Amino acid sequence: MFSGDKKTVVGYLPAGFPTVDDSVEALVAMAESGCGALEIGLPYTDPVMDGPAIQSASTVALANGVKTDDVLRVVERVAARTEVPILVMTYWNPVEQYGIERFADRLCEAGGAGCVLPDLPVQHSLPWREEAAKRYLASVFIVAPSSTDRRVAEIAAASTGFVYAASTMGVTGMRTQVTGGDLVARIRTATDLPVFVGLGVSNGRQAAEVAGFADGVIVGSAIVRRLLDAPDVDTGIAEIRVLCGELADGVGALVGSP
Amino acid sequence: MNASFFHPADGDGTGVFGRFGGQYVPEALVAAIDELTVAYDKARADEDFAAELTALLADYAGRPTPLTEVPRFAEAIGARVFLKREDLNHTGSHKLNNALGQALLARRMGKPRIIAETGAGQHGVATATACALLGLDCTVYMGTVDIERQALNVARMRILGTEVVPVSTGAGTLKDAINEAFRDWVSTVDSTHYLFGTAAGPHPFPTIVRDFQRVVGVEAREQILRRTGQLPDAVLACVGGGSNAIGVFHPFLDDAATRLIGCEAAGDGVETGRHSATLAGGRVGVLHGSRSYVLQDNDGQTLETHSISAGLDYAGVGPEHAHLRDSGRAEYVPVTDDEAMAALRLLARTEGIIPAIESSHALAGAVKLGAELGEVVLINLSGRGDKDMDTAASYFDLVGE
Repeated sequence: MFSGDKKTVVGYLPAGFPTVDDSVEALVAMAESGCGALEIGLPYTDPVMDGPAIQSASTVALANGVKTDDVLRVVERVAARTEVPILVMTYWNPVEQYGIERFADRLCEAGGAGCVLPDLPVQHSLPWREEAAKRYLASVFIVAPSSTDRRVAEIAAASTGFVYAASTMGVTGMRTQVTGGDLVARIRTATDLPVFVGLGVSNGRQAAEVAGFADGVIVGSAIVRRLLDAPDVDTGIAEIRVLCGELADGVGALVGSP
Repeated sequence: MNASFFHPADGDGTGVFGRFGGQYVPEALVAAIDELTVAYDKARADEDFAAELTALLADYAGRPTPLTEVPRFAEAIGARVFLKREDLNHTGSHKLNNALGQALLARRMGKPRIIAETGAGQHGVATATACALLGLDCTVYMGTVDIERQALNVARMRILGTEVVPVSTGAGTLKDAINEAFRDWVSTVDSTHYLFGTAAGPHPFPTIVRDFQRVVGVEAREQILRRTGQLPDAVLACVGGGSNAIGVFHPFLDDAATRLIGCEAAGDGVETGRHSATLAGGRVGVLHGSRSYVLQDNDGQTLETHSISAGLDYAGVGPEHAHLRDSGRAEYVPVTDDEAMAALRLLARTEGIIPAIESSHALAGAVKLGAELGEVVLINLSGRGDKDMDTAASYFDLVGE
C-alpha cells in the first residue's frame, strides 16, 4: 500500500463532521492538498483514546445522526474522487455490532483499504484480521511507548499496511513536542512495514522532524481543530488545505536528504 | 483470632467468564494491566498482604459488619429477612473494601497517584479515604449530573484532600467519568494506578474487585448460618456495574439451593427506554474494556441511561454477572425508580434504617418477589442513604413546611 521511499502524510477526519457532505468535501481537499492517505473516523460514543478536539467532532457527528452506513457512504464518495488509500478508524464495538464480515464486505465495496482499531488489542484481533485478510484490507495496529519488545514483535507481525507508532503516552491532541524516534527504531527491528507516527503532530515543522526517523505522520486533531475554530466550513476547509500543504512540505523536505 | 478478611477466589485468574470478559484496551494500557495482573497474583498469595488488609478492614473499616434481622420490614415480604449492613462499613458503603485493597496494591506497585471514577460518589469517597489513610495523591472523575445530585459526597471527597474533576461530556454520568479516567490513565500510567470501583472493565479488574468484595458474602454466609441454622433461600443485591452483588453472591455459588437475584435499575420502566437495566435490555458487546451486556443501539453506540440512583446509572455490567445470567446460576430483575423509592421509605419507617437509593433497589426486588423467595432471605444493604436526602426530599416532596 505504501512504498518505503516516499514519506506520507495521513490525514484524519470523522465522517459526518461537521455534516456528512462537508466531511466528504474536507476529506477530498485533504487528499488534494498533500495527504497521501486518509483515515476516516467512524464516530463512537465512548472514544477513550481521543482528546477534546476529536471528541467534540465525534459528538457533533453523532448528534447529526450519523450511522455506520453513512460512514461507509462517505468512504465510497471520497474514494470515487481520490486515488489515496482510505482507512476507517474506529473503536471495536461498532464494527462488531455491524457484523465483522458485513463491515469488511461493505468497506471493501466502498473502496476502503483497511482499518485502525485503537481499542482492539492484538490478542483479541484474530476475528477481524481473518475477515480483513480475505479481502486484502489492511489491519493497522498501534504500538505504544510502553509496549514491551515482545508485544512490539507480536503487533508488527499482525499488522498489514503500516505500523502506527504512538509518539507519546496519551490521547489524541496537539502537542508542542513530538518524539517517537526510539519507538520507531524498536519497531523497525521487528518489521519491514512502513512506520507512521501519530499523536501530537500538528504542523510542518513537527512533520519534518518526524519524517527524519519515520515513514510518515498521522495528523488528526490539528485538522479537526481547523474546522472547529473556523467561522464557516469553507474557511475551515481552506485552512485545512494550507495545513495539509505545510505537512506535505514538511515531510517532503527530507525526501532524498542524507 | 487470625482469620483473614481477604478471601481471594482460587484458580480463575484468566479474566474470562464464559464468553465474557477480556482486555479491550488501547495498547498504551496493556503494559499497565499486565503489571497489575502480576502484582495482584503476587499479593493474593502473600500472607503479609492479607494480614495488612485484614487489619485495616477490622480496625479501620469496622469489619465484620453486622447482620440485622428486620421483622417489621419483612412483613411486606412474608419471610425472615436479614440485611448485611455494608451501610455500617466505614464511609457508608461496601466500596471501601475494594478501595483499601487496591490502594494497598498500588502502594506495593510503587504508584504514588490514584485516579478513580465515581457515580454516586461512594466509590470516590472510599478511594479518597483510602488515599488519605495511605498518603496517596488522589483524583476522582465524576459526571456533572452526578456532582449535582450527590453534592454531599463531593464535599466529603474534597475534605479528604481529593481533587474532584467534573466531566461534562456525554450525559455527565458514570460512563463518561470512566472514559475520562481512562484518558487520564493512558497519559499517566507510569505513576498512576486506576482504582476501578466496580467489577467491570478489562481483566484483571473484574477479578480483583470481586475478590476484595467477597468478604461481604463470606461474612454474611457465616452469620446467617449461625443465626438461622440454614443457608438463605435467596440472596438479593442491586446491580449497576455489580461489585456489591458479585461480592455477596460469589461465596454462595456452590450452594445450589440458594437463589441469587440481582436487582437492576429499571428507571421509568424498561419498556420506556429510560432505564439502566443492562441485563434486561442490553445486547452482548464491548464497553470499557470487556465483553459483556451493553445498552447500545444497532450500530453499537452506547445508549444514554437513566436511573434515580447515580450508582446504578450505567450502560454496562460486569462480565461475571453476564456469565452468571447466561449460565442460569443468577437471575436479574428490573426495579423501577418508584419501586426503589417506596422500599427506601418502607425500610426507614419500619426499621429506622435509611438505605442508599442503590441498595433500595435490592430491597424493592425482595418486596416485589415476596413470599416466593422462601423462608430466609438475605439482602445486601450496600450503602447508607445520607447522600440521597436531597433526591429523596424532592421525590417525596419533603422540602419546606
